[in-house]
Amino acid sequence: MQRVADMINPGSRVLDIGCGDGALLDYLVHYKQVDGRGIELSQEGVNRSVSLGLAVVQGDAEADLKNYPSDAFDYVILSQTLQSIYEVRITLNELLRIGHHAIVSFPNFGYWRVLYDLLVKGRSPISEKLPYVWCDSPNIRFCTMTDFVTLAEDMEFTIDRVVSINHSGRATSRKSVGRWTNWFAEESIYLLSRKN
Amino acid sequence: MSSTSNTNEQKNNTIAVEPADNELPGHTIVLGGTVPLKLASGQYLGPFTVAYQTYGTLNSEKSNAILVCHALTGDQFAAEKHPITGNAGWWDMVIGPGLPINTNDYFVICMNVLGGCMGTSGPKDINPETKKRYGLDFPIITITDMVAVQKLVIDYLGIAKLFCVTGGSMGAMQVLEWSSRYPEKVFCAIPIAGSARHSAQNIAFHEVGRQAIMADPDWHDGNYYEHDALPHRGLSVARMAAHITYMSDSALHRKFGRELQDRSDVSYGFDADFQIESYLRHQGSTFVERFDANSYLYTTRAMDYFDIAAEHNGILAASFGETSVKFCLISFTSDWLFPTSESRLIVHALNAVAASVSFVEIETDAGHDAFLLNEPEFFSILSGFLSGAAEQRGLRRVKID
Repeated sequence: MQRVADMINPGSRVLDIGCGDGALLDYLVHYKQVDGRGIELSQEGVNRSVSLGLAVVQGDAEADLKNYPSDAFDYVILSQTLQSIYEVRITLNELLRIGHHAIVSFPNFGYWRVLYDLLVKGRSPISEKLPYVWCDSPNIRFCTMTDFVTLAEDMEFTIDRVVSINHSGRATSRKSVGRWTNWFAEESIYLLSRKN
Repeated sequence: MSSTSNTNEQKNNTIAVEPADNELPGHTIVLGGTVPLKLASGQYLGPFTVAYQTYGTLNSEKSNAILVCHALTGDQFAAEKHPITGNAGWWDMVIGPGLPINTNDYFVICMNVLGGCMGTSGPKDINPETKKRYGLDFPIITITDMVAVQKLVIDYLGIAKLFCVTGGSMGAMQVLEWSSRYPEKVFCAIPIAGSARHSAQNIAFHEVGRQAIMADPDWHDGNYYEHDALPHRGLSVARMAAHITYMSDSALHRKFGRELQDRSDVSYGFDADFQIESYLRHQGSTFVERFDANSYLYTTRAMDYFDIAAEHNGILAASFGETSVKFCLISFTSDWLFPTSESRLIVHALNAVAASVSFVEIETDAGHDAFLLNEPEFFSILSGFLSGAAEQRGLRRVKID
């Protein structure tokens, strides 16, 4: 959460998609004075967020983004949600239509422990970041860091920054993603913008 | 030019007097004495009286005022014993010290709506021109007119910007009207169990109620005052039908089921055998004691005419423009009269103009009436949103000496 917050300039306009119980938004509103909005699917998360005084609506990232006007936000955040998005390209385009920057984070499917589960154990991976048995998982997209970078390039987005986070929580800020990064990062965060 | 003369007109117009013969507790002011109010229908009204109640203390900056808008059959006695029925105020659980709308922090104003007849002018009152009761000569009023009148009172109180406008059902319509018409006068808005326009189904229910009143021979074409009569059968039926729409099927079943009223077997007749029948009859008959039948016609009509996007070619988002108002919409899962989908339409429109909007659907089986009942989750949303907004408004606690 702190890694995402570090990417955001104080006083900017922020939309947090899948904002959960509003912890990140609450932090950004109070410590970075942002004009923050949130969308959250779970009613429990929405109610908690609104009780904190946050501007959060119950809604679905894929269904509701089309209602927002272009350039309404400086940053649109999609935290740990990409893996359950059906229309990935459409959603990513929407993020960068609504916002000048998009911040996308997801569990890296290229992480060595994930690969080990598949390669050695012959099982669909279950880890702290991917905690579901394959048949109960809301995750329908299994994307590696290299996959995402390739997609971003294909969609002609600029990757302003990549942060990889290893198993012990250590974050490293990078310009590009090499094989070793992909291998050792359990999670990754991207700061994207439109190519002009 | 025109705005200057308007301001002068308004000033003359809001010279208010306290009527001496006011039998209800609370404040009343007379407006529209010099310049009558032009109504949405094009007709003029004036002078007219507005009755309102206040709770809490207005701070020196006049920045902590919350306008609470009542629903169809509510009135200004939101947080006190009702002077006529003796019942607790309709938002007794919401407004008060330490309650979700905390009167230690906020100054609450609640006005009887135009046409409401609980101190505010309506068809029951004397027409100053004819010296007789208005009856159906009272002009048709709209939500726009109700809010225009409220704004005159807020101006009279010297409040440049309301901290919050809130209300449920018809109250939510007034909240939306305030936010759309006078956004610069509203810091935050909480429309509860509302909609941007009255649906065909809801107009239909209202029409059933009105027809019941008008079919009562004691209604006398609205002149029952002159005939020393009251259309209590018609009004009672109207209330009974409406009351069903305020509750959910599951709540009715939970409360009453098919239980019989004071009997062990059905009577094979048309007595109130079932508890639900007895309950509805009671609701109908007690309502008649406190509510004017013509007022019911006028206020239901005002709701029917409500369609906030109509002035904006049907584009709801255009009703709000680039608004600075902070919205919190609340709906209830079992409300089928003003269902969540209606609130969601408003949320989508507000998203389209990138407004600051919170939206919460509360899980309950209490139906539309849930906003009047003890719903802890609803209360925590209300108080949470208000304190967040108060922080942004820079409100400090009012010192109580």
